[in-house]
Amino acid sequence: MDKETIITIDNVWFRYADDAEDWALQDIHLDVYSGEWLAITGHNGSGKSTLAKCLNGLLMPEKGEIKVRDNAITDANALWEIRRLVGMVFQNPDNQFVGTTVRDDVAFGMENHGIERGDMLKRLEASLKAVDMQEFAEREPHRLSGGQKQRVAIAGIIALEPAIVILDEATSMLDPRGKKDVLDVMRRLNEEKGITVISITHDLEEASSADRMVVMDRGKVVREGQPSHIFMEPEGLVELGLDLPFTVKLRQALKEHGHIQLSDKAFTQKELVDELWTLSSKI
Amino acid sequence: MNIIIGQYVPGQSVIHRMDPRSKLIAVFAFVIIVFIANSWLSYAVLAAVTCAAILLSQVQLRFIYRGLRPILFVIILTFLLNAFFTRSGHELFGYGWFQLTTGGLRQAALISIRLLMIVISTTLLTLTTTPIDITDGLESLLGPLKKIRFPVHEFALMMSISLRFIPTLMEETEKIMKAQAARGVEFSSGPLLQRIKAILPLLIPLFISAFRRAEDLAMAMEARGYRGDEGRTKLRVFHWGLRDTSLLILIFLLIPVLWLLRS
Ligand SMILES: Nc1ncnc2c1ncn2[C@@H]1O[C@H](COP(=O)(O)OP(=O)(O)OP(=O)(O)O)[C@@H](O)[C@H]1O
Ligand SMILES: [Mg+2]
Repeated sequence: MDKETIITIDNVWFRYADDAEDWALQDIHLDVYSGEWLAITGHNGSGKSTLAKCLNGLLMPEKGEIKVRDNAITDANALWEIRRLVGMVFQNPDNQFVGTTVRDDVAFGMENHGIERGDMLKRLEASLKAVDMQEFAEREPHRLSGGQKQRVAIAGIIALEPAIVILDEATSMLDPRGKKDVLDVMRRLNEEKGITVISITHDLEEASSADRMVVMDRGKVVREGQPSHIFMEPEGLVELGLDLPFTVKLRQALKEHGHIQLSDKAFTQKELVDELWTLSSKI
Repeated sequence: MNIIIGQYVPGQSVIHRMDPRSKLIAVFAFVIIVFIANSWLSYAVLAAVTCAAILLSQVQLRFIYRGLRPILFVIILTFLLNAFFTRSGHELFGYGWFQLTTGGLRQAALISIRLLMIVISTTLLTLTTTPIDITDGLESLLGPLKKIRFPVHEFALMMSISLRFIPTLMEETEKIMKAQAARGVEFSSGPLLQRIKAILPLLIPLFISAFRRAEDLAMAMEARGYRGDEGRTKLRVFHWGLRDTSLLILIFLLIPVLWLLRS
């Protein structure tokens, strides 16, 4: 993967009140690369959502600089272009559905950006298709499942042809099926359209399949790197309030148990299973 | 749960397919025109127009009755008040200060019919037009008011968001009611005061959640580039056709006709 930077976050500080003692974000340095899937994780209140809202100018950092494709978020003229480039899916499927029907909701963002109606209709159809919701165009939100509503939210965003989509715990209120559907759609968009995905999640299984992972703690970035590297040193992660993925826990338990010699490379479920069964066949 | 907002009855009639703006103007004009009529003959014309509209809309009469029901009491009350307190013509029945005259009866009948026609025409509008179309139609008709800084767009947006959230909030109310009922709160029986008290623990969580929703929604709207009316395009468009122009001509032709038929 080429490492073209799409978002630069430089020395960013943020607090919710001007006189607050504690900062919600402290000295954040982070680059996001074009086309990558970046997972951000951390305990409740560690500042993940705050950081996400800074990336499209919903919140303005007190110090530091954030640039999206060379547009500074402090530049009022660039703000609307930044909001088009950086789409955001929030946690509660109901509280971000604006339209009275699926069509109206997908069109909402396009209406805001003044996209001409003929073009709007074409994009509407294409984006509903991209999230597998064509048959539901006329449905009202109360007749959709949570996962379907989140996919409609994604359709509304990709209709604006964004470069980055931020999922702020977008699957945490969904059942496993809805969650899988939403993530599958995002993965497809990531691969086919090269949309950069920033996924904020408490689910470390999901985070472990990301290209890169960031762990936050009390407003700071405390770990950053490939998930396999981060989980190779699970010590300390539990103290940061994270629940380890099953494979990592299992490997730790097997190691503590002794006898079994495991390499440090097995990381995904498949790798671990492979290693375990080849291990026993060697005995 | 299947919630129908408003009274809209889906259909494919001419009236259903008309531009909401022409229907809004027509009903508004009709409600005023009704007051021109004051003779039996002019009333007959209005009644014929109303009946024709009902027939064209292909809406079943029971739906119209359902729309009338809440206002029926008012109509009957108006009838009685007019019948007993208007004294003209000759007396039909008298008992002390209590008198029924032919003039009173006539006045009562005319006024109730007038009210009835106003209610039927507005009901017909809501039966054949979705609430969102009515909202959009109003936004478009009131558009010129934007020049005097009247927040037309904001009101329309407010309306459409309310329409969108009514089912959500109703579902939520039901959920909270069940949760409270599981803890032994009685909503449907017991003394009135106690029932009113039971509503409070229902309203408070509902309000708190509505505020949270409002905050989230505002954030989501801004994230999707909402910045008011300026530079906005619209997905929903209206189609003004021949039938819309004809409807308006018809309605305005009623004015001279009724004027001639006045007594
Ligand atoms: N609107 C607000 N006003 C004041 N303080 C806030 C506000 N939103 C968040 N905070 C505070 O800022 C800090 C970071 O919150 P943030 O929502 O970014 O955390 P998070 O990592 O997204 O948590 P979660 O996993 O619960 O979503 C927390 O201490 C929180 O209490
Ligand atoms: Mg959060």
